[in-house]
Amino acid sequence: MSYSILGPLAAGGVALPLCSFRVPAGFPSPAADHIEQQISLDEVLNIRAPHVYLASISGDSMQGAGIFDGDLAVVDRSIEAVHGHIVIALLNNEPLCKRLCLRGKDVILLSENPKYPPRYVMDGDELAIWGVITSSVRSHV
Amino acid sequence: MSESPPVFGLIDCNSFYASCERVFRPDLAKVPVVVLSNNDGCVIARSYDAKPFVRMGEPYFQIKDKLRRHGIVAFSSNYALYGDMSQRVMSVIESMVPAAEVYSIDESFADLRGVPNPEGLGRKIRAQVLRCTGIPVGVGIARTKTLAKLANHTAKRLQAQTGGVVDICDTFKRDWVLRNTDVSEVWGVGRRMKANLDAMGIKTAMDLAKADPWTLRKKFSVVIEKTARELAGTSCLELDEPNPPKQEICCSRAFGQRMTELPAIKEAVATYMMRASEKLRAQHSLCKKIRVSIRTGMFNPTEAQYANGVVVDLPYPTDDVRLLTKTATEAVERVFRPGYRYSKAEVMLLNLCQPGEYTDDLFASTQPTDSTKVMSVLDEINNRWGRGTLRVASVPSSPEWAMRRSLMSQSYTTKLDQLWRINCT
Repeated sequence: MSYSILGPLAAGGVALPLCSFRVPAGFPSPAADHIEQQISLDEVLNIRAPHVYLASISGDSMQGAGIFDGDLAVVDRSIEAVHGHIVIALLNNEPLCKRLCLRGKDVILLSENPKYPPRYVMDGDELAIWGVITSSVRSHV
Repeated sequence: MSESPPVFGLIDCNSFYASCERVFRPDLAKVPVVVLSNNDGCVIARSYDAKPFVRMGEPYFQIKDKLRRHGIVAFSSNYALYGDMSQRVMSVIESMVPAAEVYSIDESFADLRGVPNPEGLGRKIRAQVLRCTGIPVGVGIARTKTLAKLANHTAKRLQAQTGGVVDICDTFKRDWVLRNTDVSEVWGVGRRMKANLDAMGIKTAMDLAKADPWTLRKKFSVVIEKTARELAGTSCLELDEPNPPKQEICCSRAFGQRMTELPAIKEAVATYMMRASEKLRAQHSLCKKIRVSIRTGMFNPTEAQYANGVVVDLPYPTDDVRLLTKTATEAVERVFRPGYRYSKAEVMLLNLCQPGEYTDDLFASTQPTDSTKVMSVLDEINNRWGRGTLRVASVPSSPEWAMRRSLMSQSYTTKLDQLWRINCT
């Protein structure tokens, strides 16, 4: 696995100074000129936008997509859902987290776990997309 | 651009509280919904499909049966949810118009001067707010704020024909709306003013638009004069007219249950004072006097009735919650009489002034500067970590007298442990 270090994270979008240590009089901090903006998870996940909501996932039907029981899902209502998006679908007014699959005329809600069969949307079913899941957050402790 | 005539939009959420409850309860999309006041007292909001069955203000205990018969779902008011959804709606609107003024929790005025196709923009706003928040809105567009309100009212009344957006900048359309609207529906015309106008033969909004503004001013007030001028198409109200700071601040609430003991009542008074002093500091005022009052229920003939209040002068104009709370809890000791079942307490801050505005003799004491500092730190902490994080010790975290809110929905958007749960099954 490869990774790159993003830098320090500030929770809650609150700016934390990168250099808050005391500086001896007469000796300016060499880092003072190099303070850049802080990184904020709020910004990375865009959860302060008016069209973005958090939801809590319960169940294992999406674990193949890396969304597990207890994860936080970041849901964007402003995105137009297209084939392949993981969405919160309202099927006959019941909220479901599924992968949206558009195949020809068929609309299919797929789970990412072989235990759960695909759900074809039939005539007479009512389907609305509540929002598109853009990220999910999992705690590892 | 500044040469073009003013155009105002009023964007108003439909059945806002009920709509908020439905966003995270799609199963209620076609179920009528009502929202109850504090303590689950009476109906304060109804979804469109609940309106034929329930009147505004109907007491909950009287209509439980009716609600069940019609399959209407009732909610306690969840202001954390409504406040958050309101902010979302308002920021979507603000991102789409040149300037906006949030007028109330569910209404916003927009400045649409110079916008090439205001009605088209109105429809875009409606679609975008619905998409981003799930809240349906109506849009009224006109040359003045008062007319925009009226256009909005028409958009709601004729939802099917208008698609929720009505532009009456055109005088022909404007006159049609004026002729077909009762004067009581005009912004700022209350029941008493309606009776006054009725006596003058003013029945419709059009009658008021045509009435002589000077006569209205002499007979009633400058407010109704402006209303008439605005209806006739002359803009008198700008966007964002700053509200002058309030002259008094009140915090009063009915207890969730009757209370008989002084210590619990003192806690309630301290809690109301905490809230009142937050409002005081938010408008940067100081207060010189407070009034504290308590009362029993006034409508139950089998209960002994008592109500009393006391006004107390403060040693100096202050916004320090510690001094205010101490004064208020001492005051309530003076009016408390044992043996009664109390239902409500009220705290009022009186004689408000701005710092530096009051004159006193040279030797009068003033609020110590470290008090001011402590208060600003207190407000900062509570702003960041949530109301009540830091509070005077006499304010309990979950008191026995707290409001009855037995039908409250989750704080879907503001509490991590109450988020919307999505089943992956």
